[in-house]
Amino acid sequence: MKYADIVHRCFRCGYCKFTSDYSDFNCPAYRKFRFETYSPGGRMWLIRGWLNGELKNSARFQEILFSCATCANCVEHCVFTFSEDLVNIFIAAREELVAEGLIPPPVRDYLKNIHVNGNPYKTPAADRGKWAGDTPVEPYRDQDYLFYVGCVGSYDERAVKISRAVGTLLVKAGLSIGILGEKETCDGNEVRALGESGLFEHLAAQNIRSFRDLGVKKVITLDPHAFNAFKNDYPGLGGEFEVYHYTQVLAPLIQAGKVPLKECNIKATYHDPCYLGRHNGEYLAPRSILEAISGLELLEMERSGENAFCCGGGGGNFFTDILGGGKESPARLRVREALDTGADIIAVACLQCAKMLEDAVKSEELEDRLKVMDVAEIVSACLL
Amino acid sequence: MTDIAQSLAGIVGEAYVSNHPEEAYFYARDPGLMPPHAPDYVVVPESVEEIQEIVRLANREKIPVVPMGAGLALTGLVIPLKGGIVIDMKRMNRILKVNEGGRHAIVEGGTSQGLLKAYLEKHHPRLRHSIPDSPATATIAANVMIHGQGRLTQQYGFNSDMISGLEVVLATGEVCPIGSCAISSDWFSKGAPLPDLTGLFLGWFGATGIITKIGVKLYPKKRMRDVEIFITDREDLVPEMVYELTHTEMVEDINIFAQPKPMIFKDNHHITLFFTGDTDEELEFKRKMIWHALDRFIKSKDGGFMGVPPVMKPTLLDMPQRSVSRFADVKKGGGFEYSGPIIMVDKYPACAHKILELAEKYDLGYSGMARIIGRSHAMMFGFAFTFNRADPEMMERTRQALHEVSLFALEAGGVFWKATVDEQKMAVEKMDPATLGLMNMIRIQMDPNGIMNPGNWEVTEV
Repeated sequence: MKYADIVHRCFRCGYCKFTSDYSDFNCPAYRKFRFETYSPGGRMWLIRGWLNGELKNSARFQEILFSCATCANCVEHCVFTFSEDLVNIFIAAREELVAEGLIPPPVRDYLKNIHVNGNPYKTPAADRGKWAGDTPVEPYRDQDYLFYVGCVGSYDERAVKISRAVGTLLVKAGLSIGILGEKETCDGNEVRALGESGLFEHLAAQNIRSFRDLGVKKVITLDPHAFNAFKNDYPGLGGEFEVYHYTQVLAPLIQAGKVPLKECNIKATYHDPCYLGRHNGEYLAPRSILEAISGLELLEMERSGENAFCCGGGGGNFFTDILGGGKESPARLRVREALDTGADIIAVACLQCAKMLEDAVKSEELEDRLKVMDVAEIVSACLL
Repeated sequence: MTDIAQSLAGIVGEAYVSNHPEEAYFYARDPGLMPPHAPDYVVVPESVEEIQEIVRLANREKIPVVPMGAGLALTGLVIPLKGGIVIDMKRMNRILKVNEGGRHAIVEGGTSQGLLKAYLEKHHPRLRHSIPDSPATATIAANVMIHGQGRLTQQYGFNSDMISGLEVVLATGEVCPIGSCAISSDWFSKGAPLPDLTGLFLGWFGATGIITKIGVKLYPKKRMRDVEIFITDREDLVPEMVYELTHTEMVEDINIFAQPKPMIFKDNHHITLFFTGDTDEELEFKRKMIWHALDRFIKSKDGGFMGVPPVMKPTLLDMPQRSVSRFADVKKGGGFEYSGPIIMVDKYPACAHKILELAEKYDLGYSGMARIIGRSHAMMFGFAFTFNRADPEMMERTRQALHEVSLFALEAGGVFWKATVDEQKMAVEKMDPATLGLMNMIRIQMDPNGIMNPGNWEVTEV
């Protein structure tokens, strides 16, 4: 296994589980399950036991490994020099399980659907661009930017609304963008996180070839997960293009006054998506957009920025739901934390977070008190 | 699920009971060098009532019960030596009350040091507790149970001296308040003026009861905190230096470290002095008092204050000091263990010699760290050795070195801190028979079925 020479170096001191001020446990899997085995240190020790032949690959072992949301809180707070590799180590262990073919059924189904259909929804590729139907967003020809929407933004009923809001907003702001529609393929971020590195490389190669053939130089992603894959993983596979999350291009346009806004009296709290925040260090762009709206009061949650608590959807859990369910699920805990701020709206900048938190709001029966809206949806509602 | 597992699930809920090999593997071990022994069950309760039910079940079925905080003692104290049920306490981590005027907090038995620190910083910025340098996830109750030390130990003694009451679940499942809280709703004293019953639990490693609530004394938190380091190569003079420093009553905490790396540290003893103040004037006054306390050693050229580089200050002022955990991986091996006998300060030179001797003999990386307890009343001298977890031969060498430390400490008049099972046996062998008899009587009375963390303090077997 990759990183096998590192796993014995975990002291299991537990800093990885916390926020930087120790005010709460911040590992979503540990926070839900509460056994040490579900913490990053626990995983390290179990992986070592498994590599040494002291433990077998069991349903429990799989649950422990695949419940990691790859949120990188452990990377942020581990005190050791190998901290950067923690999530990679868990992914490497998943790769071994995938290679053995002994993985949780929802993981197997997800990977199979991507392999067969190019998306996890078993929906035809021809339907990929349907979301853009009555928007000003056009197919990609030679526009300045490729607007990459991804599987969730193309097919999920809730996410499609966000795709439309973002696409429309970017066009209205005067940006030259185009989409691939049915030619778009899964970015593979979750495929990689779930340990199917071969399939990931295949998807990446397909996207890179497609972008190259079309002469794409700059990409705007709707989703932080795709942003992460394009920015951090594709270059190593030959994918050289400029990549932006949509908030990173929208923020300067708003600052420049290209998106005229009216006053909106809103109390909002912003939930940092792990793949935009901790994985890629972007905390300011979404906040600067919200702060540009006159009348919007931005209320921070107890855990924010590099200490933000994951919604529990990362690392493929959005699709596999290993980490979901129950009142201690990360998304429900996060919603309760948002409620404590006094905000009316949880602002998000990730499709998976949007869906996870919206479901949690319903489970908490807080629909009349809290609304989940993408940053772009808030801006759209505040357009002059 | 077995019948016992089902009964446990009926108490804490199925999600919080495990008899899976994965939990058995993990909870069989701590980060130190003790051999593993697997529990039969691991449970994560949420309430005192659940713990009562678990203990009643265990007592009825004569199953061992081992309460566990973060499991960071390193000496195997929460390894279930005879199997049974490990109770992971960390789900019970609520801060129940902070009495600002009375300077104490009441917290649940699984509350971490880090959580209380964060809570106080946010809600009671003028209060603090004696935080140890164990990782932030270490629990307050477990630290007190092992007579841990912390940042205020030089001023107020062991952390177990800084408590204001306990709530304990006995081996029979009864809940027993200890201290003023046994009579009053206020948790201001752990004993006095009543008979102090905390001694029936503290230092017993869970062998007499499970702490479910704890009153923690809080102390003034000054706005500023700084650190100075006095360096000397005369370990024989360290006790005198400490005596002078404690005489000032100006120092918050005194740690002395000696380690071979980085190279500039080698062969020197670094008396690290933390002090606090609400104003610049107060801080500078204390700094001057501390400086002047050591004038004669500077004049005799036996030492001097080093300028603490700005880059080093955050590491030293960090609470808890994360750098302590980093020591485990200095050799890229992920392991360290230390024996930390409580011993008189005048034994510092002997301890400093011994750690060098053992490091050389067993070819180990080391760090010697002493923390002064009270006004020079005693010290904890940590003989810490780092090892590579993937190198069994090195681990064995480390075990042997630590065994020699145990022999040395006992011979030098020290008392083992958080003693391993082997050290407990050594201590019991040397103990006055009347004391031993009393311990035996207490244990038998309090845990007639021998279910509470068995294997620890089993004086009857000696």
